[in-house]
Formats: sequence, structure tokens, C-alpha cells
Amino acid sequence: MPIEQPAKIDQTLQDANLQLAIYSATGRLMAKRKDAISPDVCPDYQDLRTQANLVKKHTIENLDYYLEIVEKAVAARGGKVVYCRDATEVADFVLKLAKERDARLLVKSKSMTTEEIDLNERLEHHHLEAVETDLGEYILQLAHHKPYHIVAPALHLTRYDVADIFAEHLSAERETIPEKQTLMARVALREKFLAADIGITGANFVVADSGAVVVVENEGNARLTSSAPPIHIAIAGIEKLIPRAQDLAVFLRLLARSATGQPMTVYTSFLSGPRRGGETDGPDEFYLVLLDNGRSKLLADKGKRESLYCIRCGACLNHCPVYRKIGGHSYPWVYSGPIGAILSPQFMGVTHDPWLPFASTLCGACAEVCPVKIEIPRILLELRGEVVAAKTREKSNRWERLAFRLYAWAARHPSVWSAMGLAASAVAPDVPAMLNRGPIADWLSQRDLPPLPPKTFRQLWREREGTGVR
Amino acid sequence: MERDTILHRVRTALGRTANEAPAEPPPVYLRVPDWSLEERIRRFTEALEALGGRVYRAGGTAAVQEIVWEILAGRSAIVSADGLSGIPGVEGPYHDAARIREAASRVDAGITGAEYALAETGTLVLLAGPAEPRLISLLPPIHIAVVPVARLLANLDELLTKVPDPAAQTSAMVLITGPSRTADIEQILIRGVHGPGEVHVVLVDSETG
Ligand code: SF4
Repeated sequence: MPIEQPAKIDQTLQDANLQLAIYSATGRLMAKRKDAISPDVCPDYQDLRTQANLVKKHTIENLDYYLEIVEKAVAARGGKVVYCRDATEVADFVLKLAKERDARLLVKSKSMTTEEIDLNERLEHHHLEAVETDLGEYILQLAHHKPYHIVAPALHLTRYDVADIFAEHLSAERETIPEKQTLMARVALREKFLAADIGITGANFVVADSGAVVVVENEGNARLTSSAPPIHIAIAGIEKLIPRAQDLAVFLRLLARSATGQPMTVYTSFLSGPRRGGETDGPDEFYLVLLDNGRSKLLADKGKRESLYCIRCGACLNHCPVYRKIGGHSYPWVYSGPIGAILSPQFMGVTHDPWLPFASTLCGACAEVCPVKIEIPRILLELRGEVVAAKTREKSNRWERLAFRLYAWAARHPSVWSAMGLAASAVAPDVPAMLNRGPIADWLSQRDLPPLPPKTFRQLWREREGTGVR
Repeated sequence: MERDTILHRVRTALGRTANEAPAEPPPVYLRVPDWSLEERIRRFTEALEALGGRVYRAGGTAAVQEIVWEILAGRSAIVSADGLSGIPGVEGPYHDAARIREAASRVDAGITGAEYALAETGTLVLLAGPAEPRLISLLPPIHIAVVPVARLLANLDELLTKVPDPAAQTSAMVLITGPSRTADIEQILIRGVHGPGEVHVVLVDSETG
């Protein structure tokens, strides 16, 4: 049963420039991570991973409890928790608030969760301007591309691509020097920050007992997004919770080191509620949107619920021999690489992209580098089983099912089995050729058939008994 | 209601009942190295300078004024709180949000204090408050922080030991580790994309005024 793969894979494989871009970017990130976790600078790296795994496991297994805690804590700081079941509910909430406050311009900082629900498109549809402010995301928004990588979204674009995109959309001269391109973006976006009515950020962590969101970044756009406009909305999946602020000592260390090899990202913002009495600036309103969007369903599966431990560091992408060849746009959803290969089938259904769990060598690199110890290869295997089970239910596999049923029947009947063995060994040299022309030729194109021996095992056994050799 | 639906779904998925208390969470994991003051100063300086920041040492308030004046070299600045307002070209402190915003988006440099600094990573810890607006360390292209050495902690773990719940003190705690940067175009490192491209930290030996 050959499973169809997207054409994007072949296109990516044939694009030499793109191959080089993916290889060098992921290679550099791998090298930086390796330095950042080496024993002389991070001697307790493995203990940190174990702790991170334990804390995530505990939080996920008691998620309802922590959701109620965070809800109270946010309210105590003057903010409001808004639960949303899906993308539509998030958009509806933002639209309603924008309408009530007469807001037109929104600024956004990088957030995979909002990518997941296509928030920008939904808002633009209602004539709200939503501007991405992370440099990479800004470029992608202008070019209408999806992120190529969880932490390096514009990894697939060169400075010349950026020059074209800016020239077209910013009605500026074609500028190919990255420093100058960055400055162009700074100037264009600074205006937006200061004029924006609402700022939308994601959250790397939601600290339950503080009622706070934690946002890490290098550029400063998330700080601006959460500080300059009068309203701050943080959007987080329900799985982003951690129990206590002190747990951050472990997670912040692991996240930055695993993602970019930095000991700390440039900015870590710990934000709880709107501006308080006495504080001179900051937003007047604070909302924390907690999004389900399929996560609660995933929780029910004990074997796979650890997929929700992910802190989106991107290390598994960088280390994946498959991601490094097929690139981020070959994957069906915003999450690519090994984590995408286990999240997408669970969110969209295994039959949506049945090739996905098979697009892995099961080399185990992802599990080895995952800072929260998600057993990605094991989950891929489970998903493969689910794909096969789903496929078996489909008609197209009548023949395969029949063949295996016959095989099972023969194997249960010794006389039939030995007759088949004798028949097969009589024509042994011709068998592979016969099969390659037969109905299972497709199946065999992916598998090597071992040469059939001239004598069956039963024959050999009898001969051996005759000589007394055991 | 969405809230109840989601909580119900989560509970059912986990096989839990409402108001069921969870098992104890794993004990917190904090490791605070025992570094002398000199060691902390050395590490802080090394870490921040490796990121492109600059670190200075001042013997007292008068020396601070002189160092800041030299860093500014005639460029304009806004100060977050009292203490450094005597330097020519430096305005503030202001206590009105609109005024702070206007000035911070106009001047070359923002001068702030810092509640703490973290030696291991060269990090500044700023807590938003009456004397520390959020935008002064963010909008101007240059950030100058004046920090008494006594506030130099070893690392993040020590900060979270001293401040176990930042939300109890401020709506916004920000950790600043070096100049704003990006590598989004061809992985080339560029400083000063949205936040300050220059970070200068003046460590003051004795805590005065
Ligand atoms: S699965 Fe693990 S390695 Fe991959 S992005 Fe998530 S946390 Fe990082």
C-alpha cells in the first residue's frame, strides 16, 4: 500500500539552494545547542531534563486543577481568563473586544498557537489590521508564507528574497544588506507599536499560582507588544501551564539552550495582569486566552498525552534527518519536524496525512535532544499502528487482508504449511521473479525478499535427526 | 459555557473528578552557586561583554555621573528615577505615562536602575513600578543601567529564591540579557532590532542614595 506524499517533498529535495539553507541553519543550531549543554557550562543538563519531564507530567495529569488555580490568580491581579474551545471562539473574542474598544490596529508577537488557528486571516477578514512584529514573522506575513521552522520561521528565505518582499510591500528601494533590512523593519514597526490598540502575544509558559504569562524572545517585539498598547491579550494552549514561578529556573534554562544555544534569551518577560496602581506605564487591560482546540481530546490517550509536554524549542527539527531534507513546508500543519509528525495526526486524525508517521527513520535523535523527554519514536510507532488499522478498514486493502488471512490459515495447519513449503522450495529460484510480476509487486518494491532455500526447515530437521547431530 | 465544557473535557480525559486535589508536585529544583562578590562581578562582566554589552565599575555616585556622561557623549537621554538627573542632556524623571512614552521614543538613551543583576548570564532584572517605567529600557536605541554591586546575584535560581513569586511585586518583571538581537535573515546576527542595540551597565561599589 504505497502512501502518497506531498509534491512539496520532491520540490524541496530538488532545490539545491534550499537544501543548503536548511542544512546550514539547522547545523548551526545543532552546534550551538551542543556547546550550550556541554558539561563545563551546564553540568546538570540531564537532571534538568528529568525535572522538566516530571513537572510537565505532574501538571498535565492534574491540568483541570491548575487551570482553576490560574483562573483565580489572573483575576486576583486584575486580569481575566477567557476559555476558547477552538479557533473561531478566539477570533470571536478578539473581534468583540476590538469592536467594544473601537480598536483597528493590532500588533502581534511570534506565537505558534496563533499560527495554529490562523488568527491573522480571521481578523483581517473583518477589516482589522493585525501586524506580525517578530522580524521573521513580519517577512512571512508580507510574503504570505507559513513558518518554516518553530524558532527560525524565515529559514527558507535569503536576503535577496527579503529584498524583493520589502521592495514590493514597503514601496522602498530594493535593499539587500540584512542590517539595513532590519532597520527598515524597525522603523516601519515602531510606528505600529506606538499606534496599536491591542497587543497579542503568545506565552511560552503560564505560571499557575502567579497568574502570569512568561514570554521569551530576542528582539524586544514581545515586550513592546505587551507594554505599549492599552490592551494586552496573551493566547496560550491549555498545556502551557506550570505550577510555580520557581519551576522557571529549569524551563528557561532548557528552552534557550535547546532552541538557540543561548544561556538565556535576551528578554524574558514575566507578566501578570494589567498595570497596577502606582506603575507608570503598561496596559490597562489584560486577558489570558486559554485555548483547547483538540488538546483535551489528546489528553485522554495515556500513551501519547506526553506530546503536550512540548515547549517548542525546535531541537527535534534541527536534529531530524528527515526534516533536514524535506524542510518545514512539506509538513501538513504549522508544526513541522518530529513534533509536527506526532501532533498533526493526533489533532487532525491519522488518515489526514497517513504518510507522516512513516516519514521517520526512527533513529531516535529527536527523543535524545528533547528537553522534556518526549518519546517521539515510540509515539510515531503507535501512530503507524493506527494508520495501518485505519487503512485496513478501508476497501482498498481487500487483497492484503485476504493474503494475510490465507497465510494465517496455512500457518495454523501443519499439513498445508509443509505442502506449501515443499512446493515453494521446488521452484525456489523463480519465486522472487514470479512475485515481482504478481499482484504484490508494489508491496515488494519497498522490501527485499530473502532468497528461498532449496530445502525446507522440516527437511533439514529430519536429515539432522538422522545423523544424531543436534 | 466554554469554561465548563473545557474543564469537563479535561477532567473526563484524565479520569479526575471536580475538586480532586492533585498529588504533591515534584519538589522545586534550584541550584545556587556560592560565588564571592568578586567572582560574581567577573562572571557578570564576562557574560555581558560576550553578548556585546559593556560593563563599567564606579566607586560612588560622582563616578557614576562621569561614566554615564562619557557613554552619552552628547547624546540625549531620559532617566527613570531620581539620582542621575544632573547630567546635561538627560531629562526626567517623569511620572506621566504619555510624557514618558513621548520622551522615550525621541531620545537616544534610557537610563534605569535594576532590582537585581544575575552574574551567570549577564542579566539585568527590572521590575516595573513607580520608579521604573517599562518603556525607558525598551524604546531608546541605548540602554544604560546603574546597579549597586550588592544587587548582583549568582543566577536565575537565586533570583527565584529571593523573589519566589514576581507577580506579588509587579505586573511586569523583565530579564534583560544583552542587546536586542535577531538572526532571522540568513542566521546573521544583527543587534538592535526592536529593543536597544547597546546595553551599558554601571556597577556601583557602595550603595548610596
Ligand atoms: S518535542 Fe521536544 S525537542 Fe521537539 S520542539 Fe518540543 S520540546 Fe523541543
